[in-house]
Amino acid sequence: MSKTSPHALPAEGGLGNEPLLAVDDLHVEFATRAGLVRAVNGVSYSLQAGETLAVLGESGSGKSVTAQAIMGILDMPPARIPKGEVRFNGTDLLRLSEEARTQVRGQRIAMIFQDALSALNPVFTVGWQISEMFRVHRGMGKRDAVKKAVELMDRVRIPGAKQRVNDYPHQFSGGMRQRIMIAMAIALDPEVLIADEPTTALDVTVQAQVMELLAELQRESNMGMILITHDLGVVADVADKIAVMYGGRIVENASVHDIYKAPAHPYTKGLLESIPRVDLKGQDLYAIKGLPPNLLDMPTGCAFHPRCPYRQDNCVTDSPPLYEISGTRNSACHYWREVLDGDQG
Amino acid sequence: MSETPQLGQVGPAFPETQSLTENQPSPPVKQPKKKEAKPASLWRDAWYDLRRRPMFIFSLVLIAILLVMSFWPSLFTSINPFDAKTCELSTARQGPSAGHIFGRDNLGCDVYAKTIYGAKNSIIIGVATTVITALVGGLLGLLAGTRGGWTDVLTSRVTEVFFAIPSILGALLITATFRDAGIGIWIVVIALSVLAWPMTFRIMRAAVITARSQDFVLAAKALGAGQARIMFRHLLPNALAPVIVVATINLGGFIAAEAALSFLGVGVQSPDISWGLMIADARNRFLEAPLPLVFPALFLSITVLAFIMLGDAVRDALDPKLR
Repeated sequence: MSKTSPHALPAEGGLGNEPLLAVDDLHVEFATRAGLVRAVNGVSYSLQAGETLAVLGESGSGKSVTAQAIMGILDMPPARIPKGEVRFNGTDLLRLSEEARTQVRGQRIAMIFQDALSALNPVFTVGWQISEMFRVHRGMGKRDAVKKAVELMDRVRIPGAKQRVNDYPHQFSGGMRQRIMIAMAIALDPEVLIADEPTTALDVTVQAQVMELLAELQRESNMGMILITHDLGVVADVADKIAVMYGGRIVENASVHDIYKAPAHPYTKGLLESIPRVDLKGQDLYAIKGLPPNLLDMPTGCAFHPRCPYRQDNCVTDSPPLYEISGTRNSACHYWREVLDGDQG
Repeated sequence: MSETPQLGQVGPAFPETQSLTENQPSPPVKQPKKKEAKPASLWRDAWYDLRRRPMFIFSLVLIAILLVMSFWPSLFTSINPFDAKTCELSTARQGPSAGHIFGRDNLGCDVYAKTIYGAKNSIIIGVATTVITALVGGLLGLLAGTRGGWTDVLTSRVTEVFFAIPSILGALLITATFRDAGIGIWIVVIALSVLAWPMTFRIMRAAVITARSQDFVLAAKALGAGQARIMFRHLLPNALAPVIVVATINLGGFIAAEAALSFLGVGVQSPDISWGLMIADARNRFLEAPLPLVFPALFLSITVLAFIMLGDAVRDALDPKLR
């Protein structure tokens, strides 16, 4: 991609092996009345251009907070980033001034949200909102900007874009609203698109269409995409690699193929087993026992140990490091070999 | 956008969309659009709704009449009450007669003409105070709600100080202190504004805080909107409705407050005319001659009622849950 961005920062085109976006040992905590909530505890992942990384995890696992830290849209305070780096083309975003970060947002890294109805401003037409991107960031005139908005609406395949450009968000269906959100996000050709549960609020048929659209747009523009989700079904088709998060940490890192073939962390394994399957109709659906950890009072040792079928004594005391299984694969489980082989403890 | 209705295109004629199964592009959903060519929004819906409310139409007509009365009083009466020659002391407190349908007051002046001319001060004070409180309270509330932190703490504490002042007492104090400043009725506007802006402030601040926590603000930020843009494009339009509603309702209250201050002798000063002043002048001889008090009081009530009705209608129209 040879874009000529008017903004010098950060440098285009990574140096050497520097990935497009790299999160390195990121910590995020929130000061609340009840105490310090450590929402993200040392998360690292990286993304290359044209690559899709799926970040998987349940509510409260820190996946969205990590994304918001990358975007710099966390409310600080109460949030705080005591440690870590977010390198975009080699520049640490966390060290940039607020003005410089505003230049990155939307133009270089964009984000779409779960519920597109509440993510669109209810009092302006969708055309106004999409064209605003061009007016503010590209200094376009109103007429040209609206023309571009219609083009974008066509590109995200909103039927009758020309007729609908003056409609308000609530006049669109859920899937169409998400398309509008996507149109706004890709308006300025960002290099990275973060999609925070983009299909969770949609029904299943529409989910597939939206995912297809995202994958297609990504292919066209060679964007890097971070897909945050708790739905393993969504991930399989579009993602290249997966980072599974639990209790504010990454517990497994792997390519999609590897993870579906044989998970190396008991939590991933539990997630995969709890997908409803047609061939197991009538049987009880598998559920991971227990509850997600309380972020105010994390279990000692491995955060997953109270729910883990592979638990041994040392899991209660020793927090597992991210073991390297292969060059592209990690697992934060002391007994990843057993999990990989599939024999229950 | 070209307004030419390309009806053939609206329906399923899009080659790309055949695979889509979403309900939006299907023809049945287009129905409401055919009837209403204009797209819907909070404000447009509200306007659509308002036009169908008799209470709104009625109050609007009343307010229109009052406005004409304030600025062109000579359309309603040929007598100029500021001209001393129109008063005849010998006819003081005379009942209604051919040329003087509301009768005459203590000084033999025409009550009808004075009532008509009195509208101007009431309207100016009501509207000016509303505009000032909406601007000052609204902007500060927007700032406090958006920025939070110490800006919010500081402004909120200041408003609490103002809330602690009993309003009539405070207004009395201000108007009595500055009555010789030579700014006429504007002293009333200032006194009322000083005491009333904290209310607008609070409403705006609360509305902005509610809007701020919504996803579209976060989304706007994630797509590169700066703080000023978020404040004026995303927060303000979404927080304006309750402020407008309270402003219209308050307008009636300010007119009543002007009457109260004039009645107490610190508002509009003779020889200027206001309804409150007329009521004050007529009260001593009320049992002998009730009409010089009744007519300005009636006009005052109708005016206050008209603005409160307007505010009520606007509130109902802007609140989708009440539809």
